[in-house]
Amino acid sequence: MQRTLSMHCLQKIKTMLRFEHVSKRYPDAGEALTDISFHLERGEMVFLTGRSGAGKSTLLKLIAMIEQCSRGNVIFDGENISRISERRIPYIRRNLGLIFQDYKLLHDRTVFDNVALPLIVSGVNHMEISRRVRAALDKVSLLGMERKYPLSLSGGEQQRVGIARAIVNKPKIILADEPTGNLDPDLSAEVMRMFEEFKQVGVTVFIATHDLELVNRLGHRVMTLNKGRLVGGGQV
Amino acid sequence: MRNKNKKDLIERIKEKFEAYLLNHAHGLFSSLGRLSRTPFTSAMTILVLAISISLAGGFYILIANIQQLTGNLQTTNQMSLFLHDNVNENAGEKLAEQIKQNLNVDSVKFITKKQAMEEFKANSGFGDALNALDTNPLPNVIQVLPKNVLISSDEIGKLMTEFKQLPQVDFVQIDMQWVERLQTILTIADRGVFLVSLLLGFAVTFITGNTIRLELHNRQDEVLISKLIGATDAFIQRPFLYTGLWLGLLGGFFGWLIVSIVLLILKNPVEKLSSLYNSGFELQFLSFFEFISLLILASLLAMLGSWAVMVYQLRRIRPL
Repeated sequence: MQRTLSMHCLQKIKTMLRFEHVSKRYPDAGEALTDISFHLERGEMVFLTGRSGAGKSTLLKLIAMIEQCSRGNVIFDGENISRISERRIPYIRRNLGLIFQDYKLLHDRTVFDNVALPLIVSGVNHMEISRRVRAALDKVSLLGMERKYPLSLSGGEQQRVGIARAIVNKPKIILADEPTGNLDPDLSAEVMRMFEEFKQVGVTVFIATHDLELVNRLGHRVMTLNKGRLVGGGQV
Repeated sequence: MRNKNKKDLIERIKEKFEAYLLNHAHGLFSSLGRLSRTPFTSAMTILVLAISISLAGGFYILIANIQQLTGNLQTTNQMSLFLHDNVNENAGEKLAEQIKQNLNVDSVKFITKKQAMEEFKANSGFGDALNALDTNPLPNVIQVLPKNVLISSDEIGKLMTEFKQLPQVDFVQIDMQWVERLQTILTIADRGVFLVSLLLGFAVTFITGNTIRLELHNRQDEVLISKLIGATDAFIQRPFLYTGLWLGLLGGFFGWLIVSIVLLILKNPVEKLSSLYNSGFELQFLSFFEFISLLILASLLAMLGSWAVMVYQLRRIRPL
């Protein structure tokens, strides 16, 4: 009894993200997700695949608290984020590193300012910002590009700026929505190598993609969505 | 060990506070930089604000000047009894003596038509024209100052009718009644200025709010991204509120400038006019205190407009 309890606790500590019977229904578009249950461990790298419209983006939106689920619970790092006050959302988001297919960079700001944004938002002091932005740019091999503007960079470089911005605040989990959607195979492989490095240092990485070839080659856990239902990879 | 922790905590709080101040300073100056990057739009907004503010300030200073003009005129219940033409100086003098006996009268002064003419010639500036007249058209006048106890208008009215019934008296007039009337009108005008200022204040709030709404629309991507990386609403609002502050401050300053320039243009003619009336009237400008109040009020109204728009719009802008 004692043992199962401590096992249970250990399990909880190890779990980064847990979905419990989560459904999401849109008023006009019907059910996007149906009864989804899974969990991600700390330091795990997991792919989420499925055709477009299968619900990948919706699932990521629930984690990023952009949407709220209609039923079930989403537990992030021990906190139920499916029923959370608007006020608390910004503080939880600081633990997420979001990466987008279209990079979502600010074109009127330099690379440095783009990467510094999460730190400024969290109230990190000046010296520390400078140090950490450089460290993040170093990790994505963009050191020396601080003063450039995003539009003067190639697509692959812009995505790396986006990745630097996602990791600069030392997030607990990285959520990437089609991060290689606009990149050629070589650049995609490079981006994936970076994600594997983050996994090495204990960050949970959750990647939504429909690039099955890439996913199969890398050999991580793969979850598959079909018409809003989890059809594979839900259980470890 | 515990001491070290405490020191660390103080250090950390200090750092957070510094970052917070830096963030405010950044918001303050970056918003000014943003305004200067769209000089035409900014100038138009500031000009519209300045005109609204100058209208309110202009009305205010206009009333203040008229009040200054009439303020040093004392309202007394002194009345003038104009005598019929056929009453000569002796009869007038006698009547004055008679009126003085009245218990309600404090003092009387008899002014002959000759004295009145001299005084009029000296002060009106019509001296030469008056010389052309062959008869003196002015009547003999008795000035009556009622006792101070008679303050109610009822009693003044009674006294007036009493004098009016005297056969020698043509008509009776309370000298300062026009001042009282003017002051009543000014009280109404004062309230009017308050209401107009209130409306113009609303205008300042709405103009700024609308500008901020457009600015927010242009920077929607930035707001969305900031939200996604964990910015609080307060953080996102800050630069916009500072933009509002600058707009209000600059609008207030230029509004003051417009009022001052208009007053400077009017200063000479007004003082010339006042010297014609032998009056020591000097055009009154907005005081330093009024200038500062104007700036503060304009800034607060503009920030209020920005804040209201931000609260409403931030709830509407959600990441997709």
